[in-house]
Amino acid sequence: MNSIFSVHTIRFIALVFIQVLILNHINFLGYINPYIYILFIAFFPVKNNRIILILLSFLLGLTIDMFLDTGGIHAGACVFIAYIRPLILKSSFGMIYEHQTIRFNTVEFGSKLTYFTLLTVLHHIVLFSLEIFSISKILLILQKTLFSSIFTILLIVIVNIIFSRKSK
Amino acid sequence: MLFLLLFGLSLLFTIQSHSYHKSKFINSANFLTGGVYNSVNNISNYFDLKSQNQLLSEENRRLRSLISNTGIESDSIFIDSISFGKSYRFFSSNIIKNSYSLNNNILTLNKGENDSIKQDFGVISSKGIIGIIDKTSRNYSTVISILNTTSRISAQLKKSNHFGTLTWNGKDPKFAQLIDIPKIAPVSKGDTIITSGRSSIFPKGVRVGIIEDFFLDQAENYYEINVKLFNDMTSIEHVYIIENVNKEEITNLLSSN
Repeated sequence: MNSIFSVHTIRFIALVFIQVLILNHINFLGYINPYIYILFIAFFPVKNNRIILILLSFLLGLTIDMFLDTGGIHAGACVFIAYIRPLILKSSFGMIYEHQTIRFNTVEFGSKLTYFTLLTVLHHIVLFSLEIFSISKILLILQKTLFSSIFTILLIVIVNIIFSRKSK
Repeated sequence: MLFLLLFGLSLLFTIQSHSYHKSKFINSANFLTGGVYNSVNNISNYFDLKSQNQLLSEENRRLRSLISNTGIESDSIFIDSISFGKSYRFFSSNIIKNSYSLNNNILTLNKGENDSIKQDFGVISSKGIIGIIDKTSRNYSTVISILNTTSRISAQLKKSNHFGTLTWNGKDPKFAQLIDIPKIAPVSKGDTIITSGRSSIFPKGVRVGIIEDFFLDQAENYYEINVKLFNDMTSIEHVYIIENVNKEEITNLLSSN
């Protein structure tokens, strides 16, 4: 329990720093930034309490917001995906999730990709809707969502390949 | 339940951040985020030292030629900035967090209340206008950039006194929009836009940009002007904070009516 706790604390801090100090300065083509801090939510143990995950996601989003001066948009998007994560897990992993035996190291790549994609796209849609906050600019929201999602998913997959341990 | 509560809370923060001077808790001028940005900036500012030095020496050259051409004794370079014109005080500062890809961009500076920086001071660079101070903490402050859809700054044409409001449409960090310029004004491409000095934040004559293109708005009474900014907002480091010493007097006078 203790080691799991420390792993997640380190992951939390490391992802926040990577996000605000490196990834937010990329600004590819002027506005495209990856937001890979959602890895924290994606890799949070399935067995653990749902309320803890939602609370931690709120904290994560709020920390990012504080660094970026963005009000509450990251907090909102994080809480949202933390809330509907069980649904996404069910739709992308199916039976394995039902039996509560899911381990991110052992599931096949295809369903993992679906999982990341759903999580990222949903997060980005909420994020950019809150950021731009006007229906008349819906095209801009969709455009930002699309490009940033591609970038984020790409990075998440790369991180996933680099850091995935061989199944024991 | 918890989801709704927290989601509602973040919505509240978001809406607050959209209205001027309202976002109370979540800003980067606090001890933690300011400290992190400052220590990282201490390292990263070495990378563009050369170009920033060039900018500063270019500005020095301009000021020197200004001084020698207006015939003031060269000793007067060492005049204390407090006595400069008696109505505006200047502070120098560094940007430790820049931002230009969002709709509402906010910058962070490494000066705060300890250096007597307060809300609503103006921020400029050697090339032109940057924004207005929003939140201050002891050692840091945040700036509402002109690249912020909520920012409204009074600006005018340089060659005539027709004034309007400088806004940003959130699209391109190279351009800002000047609206409410009356149709009668002599607008032409390449004209310079300066601040109007009507807002008691900026002195008159701070350079903003040049006119890229312009067209009449839907009611055909006012021009909407695309202004190409003098500042490259994506790469700014050294800035000046302006305090209007007479501001209190002016606002008191206006509010007494």
